[in-house]
Amino acid sequence: MQYVAAKTADEAVALLVGQSGMARVLAGGTDLLVQLKSGMVEPDLVVDIKRIPGMKDITAEAGGFRIGAAVSGAELGEHAGVCAMWPGVVEGFNLIGSTQVQGRATMAGNLCNASPAGDAVPSLVAADATARVHGPNGARDVAILGIPAGPGRTTLAKGEIITSIFLPARPARASDAYLRFIPRTEMDIAVASAGVSLVLAADGTVESARVALGAVAPTVLLAEEAAKAITGTRLEEDALARMAAACAAICKPIDDKRGTVEFRTKTAGVLAKRAARIAYDRAGAKK
Amino acid sequence: MKTIHVSTTINGDPAEFICTPDETLLDVLRNRLGLTGAKEGCGTGDCGACSVTVNGRLVCSCLVLGAEAQDADISTIEGMADGDTLHPLQRAFIEHAALQCGICTPGILVAAKALLEKNPDPTDEELRYWLAGNLCRCTGYDKIIRAVQAAAAEMRGA
Amino acid sequence: MALDAYQKREFKQVGTRPNRPDGVDKVTGRAMYGADATAPGMLHAKILRSPHAHARIVSIDTSAAEALAGVKAIVTAADFGVPEDDFLRDVQDHCMARGKVLYDGHAVAAVAATTIAAAKAALKLIKVEYETLPHVTDVDAAMKPGAPVVQAGRAYENVPAGMSENVTHHCEFGHGDLDAGFAKADRVVERHFKTAATHQGYIEPNACLASVTSDGKAELWVCTQGQYFYRTLCAALLGMEASQLRVTASEIGGGFGGKTMIYMEPVALALSKKAGRPVKLVLTRDEVFRATGPTVSSSMDVKIGMTKDGRITAAQARLCYSGGAFPNTTVDMGAQAAFAAYDLDAVQTLGWNVMTNRPKESAYRAPGAPLSIYAVESVVDELCQHFGLDPLAVRLLNAADKGTKSSYGPTFDQIGLKATLEAAQAHPHYTAPLGPNQGRGLSCGFWFNFGGNTCVSLNVNTDGTVGVTEGNPDIGGSRASISLMAAEELGIPYEKIRTIVADTSSLGYNDVTDGSRVTFAVGLATIKAARDAIRKMCSRAAKIWGIDEEAVEWVDGAAVPAGPNAGKFPPMTLAEIAAVSAETGGPIAGHYEVNADGAGVSFGVHLCDIEVDPETGATKVLRYTVFQDAGKAVHPSYVEGQMQGGAVQGIGWALNEEYIYGTDGRLQNAGFLDYRIPVASDLPMIDTVILEIPNPGHPYGVRGVGETGIVPPLAAIANAVSRAVGVRMTELPMSPPKLLKALEAKG
Repeated sequence: MQYVAAKTADEAVALLVGQSGMARVLAGGTDLLVQLKSGMVEPDLVVDIKRIPGMKDITAEAGGFRIGAAVSGAELGEHAGVCAMWPGVVEGFNLIGSTQVQGRATMAGNLCNASPAGDAVPSLVAADATARVHGPNGARDVAILGIPAGPGRTTLAKGEIITSIFLPARPARASDAYLRFIPRTEMDIAVASAGVSLVLAADGTVESARVALGAVAPTVLLAEEAAKAITGTRLEEDALARMAAACAAICKPIDDKRGTVEFRTKTAGVLAKRAARIAYDRAGAKK
Repeated sequence: MKTIHVSTTINGDPAEFICTPDETLLDVLRNRLGLTGAKEGCGTGDCGACSVTVNGRLVCSCLVLGAEAQDADISTIEGMADGDTLHPLQRAFIEHAALQCGICTPGILVAAKALLEKNPDPTDEELRYWLAGNLCRCTGYDKIIRAVQAAAAEMRGA
Repeated sequence: MALDAYQKREFKQVGTRPNRPDGVDKVTGRAMYGADATAPGMLHAKILRSPHAHARIVSIDTSAAEALAGVKAIVTAADFGVPEDDFLRDVQDHCMARGKVLYDGHAVAAVAATTIAAAKAALKLIKVEYETLPHVTDVDAAMKPGAPVVQAGRAYENVPAGMSENVTHHCEFGHGDLDAGFAKADRVVERHFKTAATHQGYIEPNACLASVTSDGKAELWVCTQGQYFYRTLCAALLGMEASQLRVTASEIGGGFGGKTMIYMEPVALALSKKAGRPVKLVLTRDEVFRATGPTVSSSMDVKIGMTKDGRITAAQARLCYSGGAFPNTTVDMGAQAAFAAYDLDAVQTLGWNVMTNRPKESAYRAPGAPLSIYAVESVVDELCQHFGLDPLAVRLLNAADKGTKSSYGPTFDQIGLKATLEAAQAHPHYTAPLGPNQGRGLSCGFWFNFGGNTCVSLNVNTDGTVGVTEGNPDIGGSRASISLMAAEELGIPYEKIRTIVADTSSLGYNDVTDGSRVTFAVGLATIKAARDAIRKMCSRAAKIWGIDEEAVEWVDGAAVPAGPNAGKFPPMTLAEIAAVSAETGGPIAGHYEVNADGAGVSFGVHLCDIEVDPETGATKVLRYTVFQDAGKAVHPSYVEGQMQGGAVQGIGWALNEEYIYGTDGRLQNAGFLDYRIPVASDLPMIDTVILEIPNPGHPYGVRGVGETGIVPPLAAIANAVSRAVGVRMTELPMSPPKLLKALEAKG
């Protein structure tokens, strides 16, 4: 195995393109090093992207924020602007692993690890965020939902890396929230999860909503019917019940050591309801 | 596997080492530098026994490559006391019987110190969530929480 | 009254909370654990493990691995003999598979190489041809006729005919007329329970450093709960004399029973012998889960009859325990402990051990007892709920006491159960208000405790300090409590004592640190060794004074002339006597050797409040109080620590911890991510109330406290869940999917 700390995105891309064997990108390393330890992957090349200028930056852009691919959970959690605008994105990302893992883990890494249960992803999907992808043919912006291809697989081509994630601007009276279910209070992989982003109208009804579910299908699901169920409502009980039912209807989970199909399906709806309430309260509290 | 030469700072002192590209910072600390205070309980970031700080950030040294330590500033349990003088957290752990077997203790002390530097007056709940990645199988955490709070109070008063 | 029997006294130091002697080492990272040692020329070892739950080993080809640069030795079962003794053969077969692999993770070969990377690379070059065999991992499935047979011909004579060959052992305890008892009951409840295997979950993976030299001598540095027992086993398997193998216990990063048995130490010794160099062998966490430790899994039926005023009229338990791929008798302890808290006229417990394709069971804190008592305490609680009776009052009504003929035979001496129950009843926790979806549960717990072979030396240094040499690894502060007892008896300050844990060549045989025996038995031996030293010091003083040694007493750390000589000479302190010891007969030391009896059983009661999220099945522990009889708490902080740690391990067992097997018979959660031990944010403070009902068998009244604490949480939480949301959880763990399903079934 060779280790290279790339100095530019182009150098990283060139290194990845030039490697005929297995290559892996190292950002926070909280998934990669576990895979190395277990022998699950034995890469010929590891390209560390943390020393590329801009990778650790959070910058205001077009009313939203661009977050470098190597920004850790701890760093994002300390950014007042992002926390105020996208609290659900931050809380989802900050749920990954321990404080120690937060010192290293990145959103882009969580996205590229492509676990159906990645905690950073549902909120990013609900936020309609985009990933900036650098590759041999230059840069392109891809909707978050377009990155995962299935458990452990992404749509990125050889040599492509994510260099940043963009969180768009928000109207007033908008917010988001993320909840997951785990058996303990920390240190577990989500058994089911839900990210909800809401924009409220002046009268307090939901003007638009995006609902995303994690750990209930091979990739994160955008629950469009669930969003419709609460649009135009003030999250009355019956609207939330319709939302939960719409969530359950699209779940295609598996039975495994972490949860059953039945449990995941039921819980996803419960979490979506609860996350919607939190997002609603947060949005309503904004001036 | 070709080794890499790394220059870094550990507990305030310059340090140089060579390591293979796949060696973790924990392996380097323990096997190349003789700093065995950080423990390997799992090697997968699930137990926190290998906690150190890198550039002021609390991390699991088992999830950092040795090669990544180039130009970094690393603090380990071996650097926590000031010579003969124990850090208030170290003293509190002894006085409050916050350790039984002691294997998780270095990691918990490093993690608790990182918290108190950020938040000198944490609630019990904040403390418990901060330390959730540091497994202790002996104590049930009760005396650990009490010891950290005692040290925090002492440090605030100082 | 025997000299070592309890005598009431005013303690000056016992019962205080001084700093532990190993504290500074442990907070500065200096303490040396199993994996922290190195030796010149040291090699690193790795073990190749079976990917199959059950398979015949057709062939092992190590030639390619041997040819790899850096590889210095490879061993397989062929490098060991075949012990005649069943127990030793099982121990060895567990360390290295012979002919068949019996579980996923079973060792088949091991490599020592110059680097860990070379050892890992070599493992990949070892070719093992397997012929897979049908496997069975579930205890009930393994008992059925026609189940895959894990090992043939291993059933003991006491197994009734007609059972699967996997059933190796049967036991029965009890007394009285069951039929008559059940006939007197106003209600009889019978329930079936099932529990998953759990792991001790010590944070320090098993590790050792072995060095065998060409002259036949060997050194073993190892994290162990018992260096002497490890020596006995390793010497036997390596064909060595005990004196030639010196085993040194490192600091130990948790054991909880799991480090009372060897797993890979003879492999490291064999590799060192073959390579002619020291060999370090450290297990990965994955290996720890797959090949060390776990508890039994169980399938149990409990039937209890009760009158409407709460008197238990008869009780019966049928326990089927599986201790993995080898015969064992842990079910005996489960069967004996099941009804120990009750004074019963008619009681019977039946037990069976069943082999399955799982790793060999090792002791875990009160081995066998948490399961059977979970089942019993659940049924008792259900009866209390049925009759609307106060669960503490019912337990008090039926509680075992001094003079009770226990359900397993012996008649109890002075025990603390009633006092413990009364303390719980009087505690504000018992009557504190509860909110919606919240419930309060309680359970009794019990452990036998143990004494055993113990040997202590106490050396009086010429500067007036004292060294205590004992032979039991300090797993939770025992050096502090031993030092306290020595200080108390000698009448000198705690700080003047230094207690160390000896290697196997420096002190006589000591049983393993288990059975909650150390503070009791080593404490007893330390007190007796101190008395031996005191006698000698009195004799030296008598010699100096020129009086009869019987006319000298030991008072507050000094020899004092007594009787007709009282007041004739000023007292001579320990330091003064020690300073001139060279002139009065040479060094002064006290010794004591004993196979200690009279450990004194231990009872506890736990109260817990929980809240269930009815939409997800998640259970949160809100409040927890442990009441336990310690006899005499020598160092109360570490007594509390045992109570708290045991309770939290029990909470983990109740809620989330389990070995999960796939249909392929492989363990699916061999890591701390999915084997979910409690984390700090899962828990409230664990309050403790220490009762002190002196143990008549110890000079200071000490009872072991280490194990009882893990027993009650399983039923306490199940009982709390039942009272919170009206479902009776009869399977452990009560993980959220199971609880949610039960809630939905209830409607």
